[in-house]
Amino acid sequence: MKVLSTVLILSLVTSSFMWVNIGLYEFLNFESIKAIGRFIDEFFPPNLEKTFLTSVAIALYETLAMSILGTFFATIFGLTIAYMIVENKKSVLDKFQSSIFRGLLNILRSIPEVVWAAILIISAGLGPFTGCLAIIIHTTGVLGRLFTDAFENCTPISSRTLRVNGCSFFQGFIYGKFFQLTPQIISYVLYRWENNIRVASILGIVGAGGLGQLLTFNLGLFLMDKAATVIIATMILIVIVDGLSSTIRRSLN
Amino acid sequence: MKGKRMFVSLTKNHMVDRNLIIGLVLIVLFVPLFPASEFYPWRLFDDRNFDITLKFLSSFYPPKVDVEFLSIIFFGSLQTIAIATVGLVFALIIGVPASLLITNVLSFSKIEQEKTSFTGFVRYAIRLVLIMLRSIPEIVWALIFVRVVGLGPMAGILAIGLTYGGMLGKVYAEILESAAGIKHIQGMQIGYSRFQILAYVLIPQSSLEMISYTVYRWECAIRSTVIMGFVGAGGLGFQLESSLKMLQGGEVLTILIAFVVLVWLADQFSSLIRRSVR
Repeated sequence: MKVLSTVLILSLVTSSFMWVNIGLYEFLNFESIKAIGRFIDEFFPPNLEKTFLTSVAIALYETLAMSILGTFFATIFGLTIAYMIVENKKSVLDKFQSSIFRGLLNILRSIPEVVWAAILIISAGLGPFTGCLAIIIHTTGVLGRLFTDAFENCTPISSRTLRVNGCSFFQGFIYGKFFQLTPQIISYVLYRWENNIRVASILGIVGAGGLGQLLTFNLGLFLMDKAATVIIATMILIVIVDGLSSTIRRSLN
Repeated sequence: MKGKRMFVSLTKNHMVDRNLIIGLVLIVLFVPLFPASEFYPWRLFDDRNFDITLKFLSSFYPPKVDVEFLSIIFFGSLQTIAIATVGLVFALIIGVPASLLITNVLSFSKIEQEKTSFTGFVRYAIRLVLIMLRSIPEIVWALIFVRVVGLGPMAGILAIGLTYGGMLGKVYAEILESAAGIKHIQGMQIGYSRFQILAYVLIPQSSLEMISYTVYRWECAIRSTVIMGFVGAGGLGFQLESSLKMLQGGEVLTILIAFVVLVWLADQFSSLIRRSVR
């Protein structure tokens, strides 16, 4: 088994190198390194004009808003779907219906946000709303799956006890399962939020608002100093959100 | 006794007030997010928008399945896999040395608890570079590299290599550090060299975890290569973008199916590898 997988990996790697056929020489000769140097040089110094910084700040806020709203609604939808399809003797949907929902979640999950955004642009138009929708759709798939797994793996004793003593299915679910798993759910949501802030800052590449839109616009006009400012703003936003979310997660444990 | 009860009730009221205030603050912060992201769902149901959406959606079926188009999709998928794999090899070239350099447990100056040292400074600088590499999203790297090395797979490979190199470097270092323990301290005391400690203590204990993380990252690389094509860096996304621009619903559906199949295959492959190393 180990030999087989080693052979598989090695053949994958060699055939990939052959397939993409990269000329390392073309890339690593003196001329092209100088060209890269010149290119990097154009990025500095980043543009720090006040008017431009204001528009970067607006795009930053837009990105943040997209990621928060997207994660928020996806959490609600994901919880609702998980509640409906979680395996139980008296679950809301029967086996067949819940397998349809599972398949749906799989599809939502395996198509990336950028692709959703590119499709949705046609009906929702350019702008951050499309980005929001794309994040909601993809994240619902991811969180729905994670929540369902979590609810199914947690011990059923407390919810069953509540049911035996006359609680409704909903009450059993909320008090027996949901509150038991709240820390886990919050950490899943935060983990997705960390991911979504990255996504929200690039969705603009297909026209869905936020920092990415500003970046593609300026790169398209070869305004490298402005692009540099946007990239730095993206980095700062991502680092701050990562730090914030890991602080919250640590304080939960 | 009475005093204690009063104290409890006071703190209780206090708690309620605090929760109320936090809730209000959160709501006040939350509401402006809607206009900021132009969250107006009713726009979807404008007459004009709705018609276009319906027309586009109805053009999805049937998916386009003629041989010529399918072969384009097939080679696009192969290219996606190749870009992700080569990119990950580049990421390993960056990540492995970086992780060895920044691992605290392999550093004598750290163990002797010197506060300031030259090597400490170097480690700090490398950590900073890794943070920079991984906190710029890969598609932004791709956007930049497309302008340096031109359209094509090379930009995608470099983008994956840099971003994932930053991630692998950090995570490998964390895994190695979590493997350090009593054996490793003993080894240091006996006078093992750093290489010996790495080869005989740290790697044997953490190789499984490292392999499975690498395979997981490969899977992620496939997902992100798929979208790299939107900026012209090769792979399936390139085809998808042109089909979307032409409003060719049938082509879009075929490509989406190819996406799902590709991601599923990558999933299967990586779980096979993970099972075989267990």
